[in-house]
Amino acid sequence: MPPAPIFATLDPDRAFLERAPLLVRDFVTGLFPPSLQWLAGNLLAVVVIVLFFASLFALLTLAERKILGRIQNRPGPNRTGPAGLLQPLADAVKTLVKEDIVPRAADQVLHFLAPVVLVSLALMAFAVLPYGRHLVPVELDAAVLYFFAAGAATELAVFMAGWASRNKYSLLAAMRALAQLISYELPLLLSVVPVVMLAGTLSTTGIVAAQAGWTYGVIPHWHVLTPWGAAGFLLFFVSALAESNRSPFDLPEAESELIAGHLTEYSGFKYALFFMAEYFGMTALCGMGVTLFLGGWQAPCAFLEFIPSYAWFFAKLLLLLGVFMWIRGTLPRLRIDQLTRFAWKFLVPLALINLGTAAFWQLSAGWSGPALQLARWLVALALVAGPFTLLGRRLSAGVAPRTYRYAA
Amino acid sequence: MLGSGIIKGLAVTAKNLAGSFHDPARYVTQEFPEVQPQLPENSRNFPFLVADDGADPMGTLRCVACQICEKECPPQCIYIEKSKDKKPDAAGKLQLYPAVFAIDTSVCMSCQICVEVCPFDAIKMDQVFAIATTDRFNGLLLNREQLAKSNQYYHSIHPTEATEVDARLAAERKAAEEKARAAAAAKAAAPKPAAPPPPQPPA
Repeated sequence: MPPAPIFATLDPDRAFLERAPLLVRDFVTGLFPPSLQWLAGNLLAVVVIVLFFASLFALLTLAERKILGRIQNRPGPNRTGPAGLLQPLADAVKTLVKEDIVPRAADQVLHFLAPVVLVSLALMAFAVLPYGRHLVPVELDAAVLYFFAAGAATELAVFMAGWASRNKYSLLAAMRALAQLISYELPLLLSVVPVVMLAGTLSTTGIVAAQAGWTYGVIPHWHVLTPWGAAGFLLFFVSALAESNRSPFDLPEAESELIAGHLTEYSGFKYALFFMAEYFGMTALCGMGVTLFLGGWQAPCAFLEFIPSYAWFFAKLLLLLGVFMWIRGTLPRLRIDQLTRFAWKFLVPLALINLGTAAFWQLSAGWSGPALQLARWLVALALVAGPFTLLGRRLSAGVAPRTYRYAA
Repeated sequence: MLGSGIIKGLAVTAKNLAGSFHDPARYVTQEFPEVQPQLPENSRNFPFLVADDGADPMGTLRCVACQICEKECPPQCIYIEKSKDKKPDAAGKLQLYPAVFAIDTSVCMSCQICVEVCPFDAIKMDQVFAIATTDRFNGLLLNREQLAKSNQYYHSIHPTEATEVDARLAAERKAAEEKARAAAAAKAAAPKPAAPPPPQPPA
C-alpha cells in the first residue's frame, strides 16, 4: 500500500475542471427534446472532435515548420501575423482559392472520393480515444481493434488516390504505400498485443485503467516503465512513423523520386485534405500510443492529479507529436528495400519476442521480495536487450558502421 | 550498438533547435528587408556608368561613347547613340558623350566583359539586386539617367577597385599634363621645326 499523496487534493472524479466538458455537454443536449438527446450528444462529440483536431492540425503545420526551421537554424514562417501565427490561415486561404485540376484521363469519381475517404477514415480513429477521465466519445469493447482497422483502411484510400490519378508516379507511390502497410501493420499490431494481453481487454478505457496508480505516489504504473512496455513502445513508435507515412518512412511521397507520390495529380483543397488526413492519422496514432503505453490521461504523480486529466492527455500527445517532428528533422529517408527489410527482419521478430517478455512479466507478477523482484527485472531486461543486440549485430554485419572515404 | 547513430543525430538536431534560440553563431538568418546584406566586395550583377560628380551625373559621365562595350557585349544588351557635339571631359579635353545609353537588364548576363574592355573606366559592375519590377519590358530597360552613378558610390561598393582606378586615372592625367607641358616647353625652346620632338613613352 503506497503512502498517501503529499498534497491533499480534491477528489479528482468530482473536481470542477474535470467535469467541465460534461457540464457543457449536458447544457447543450438539454436544449433538445429528450427523445433527441442521444443524437445531439453524439453529434456534439463529432463536431467537437472535427473542430478541435482541425485547429490542432492548423497549429501543428505551423509548429512543424517552426521546429524544422529551428533544427536547420532558420526562423521558420514569421511574416504572416505576429511571429507567423496567422500562417495556417494564409495557407488555408491559398489552398481554397487554388484551381482544382483533375486530369482528363483520371477516374473522376475515385479521384474525388480518395481524399474524402481518407479524411473520414482518419477522423474515425479519434472516436475511441479516451481523452480524459470522462471524455470517451464512443465506448467500445473492441476499441483497439476498431482503431487499427480504421487506421489500416486509410492506406487503401492512398492506393485509391494513386490508382485514380492515372499517373505512373502516383501508381508507384500507391504500390509503395501498400508494401509499407503490409510490412508495418504487423509489428504495429504485435507491439500492441502484449498491452491487450496484460490489461485483459481491448477497450481503451480498460487499458488506461490498467495503468492507474503510483508507487510511493510518484512512480506511475505506466506500461512504458516496464521492460516489455518500453520495448513495445519503441516498436509501436517506429511502426507508427511508418503507418502515418512520416519521415524517415515517407516513401509514398518521396519527392526526390516520385514528384509528390500519390499527391502528384492533386491540387487545391483536395491536396489540403490529404495533408490534413496525414496529420489526423499521426495525431490519432500518437493518441493511441499515449493510451496504450504512456498511461493515457493519468497524471505522472499523485500530487499532480489536480490538473484535469484531459490536460495530461494532450500534454503527452503534444510531446509525442514533437518527437515525430524532431525525427523528421533528423533522419533521411529509407530506401524501399531497407524499409521492408527493417520491418520483416528486425521489427517483427522483436515484437514476437516481446510477446514472450510480456508473458514472463505477467507470470512473474506474484514474485515478492527484493531478490526475486531484481531477478524479475534482470530477466525481463535481458529478454529485451539480448535479442535487440544480437539481431542488430547480425543484420548490420557488413553494412554498418558505414565508413566514409571522402567525408570526415 | 544499433541505433546509436540515430541517437547521435537526434542530439545534433536537438542542439540546433535549442541553440538557435540563444546562440547567435547558430542562428545565422538575416531577415532581408529589415537587415540589408553586407555583400562581398567582388559581388556584381549589372553594369552602371561612373560619373565623376554625383551632383551633375549627366555632365560628368566618363563614357565617351566609343561603343567598344556595345560591340563586345556577348548578348548585345547595350545600345549607344553618340552625341552630335562634344563636351570637355574631366581632363578638359573635348570628347563625345553618349546621347543615349541603354542596357536591357533582362538580356544582360552579368559577364563583366563591358567592364574589361572599357578603356575609360566608365562602366563598372553594380551590386543592386532588388530590381524586381511589374513591367518586364520598360522596367528592365535602364536608360542613361538610371545607369549613371557617382564615383563615391563606386567607392562605397568596390573600395579597393575604385581606389586603384582613381590612382590610375590620376597618373594618366598627370602624365598627360606633363606631356603637354613638355611639348609646350619644347616648342618654346626650339622654335625651329627641324628636329622632331623625341618620342614620348606611351602613357
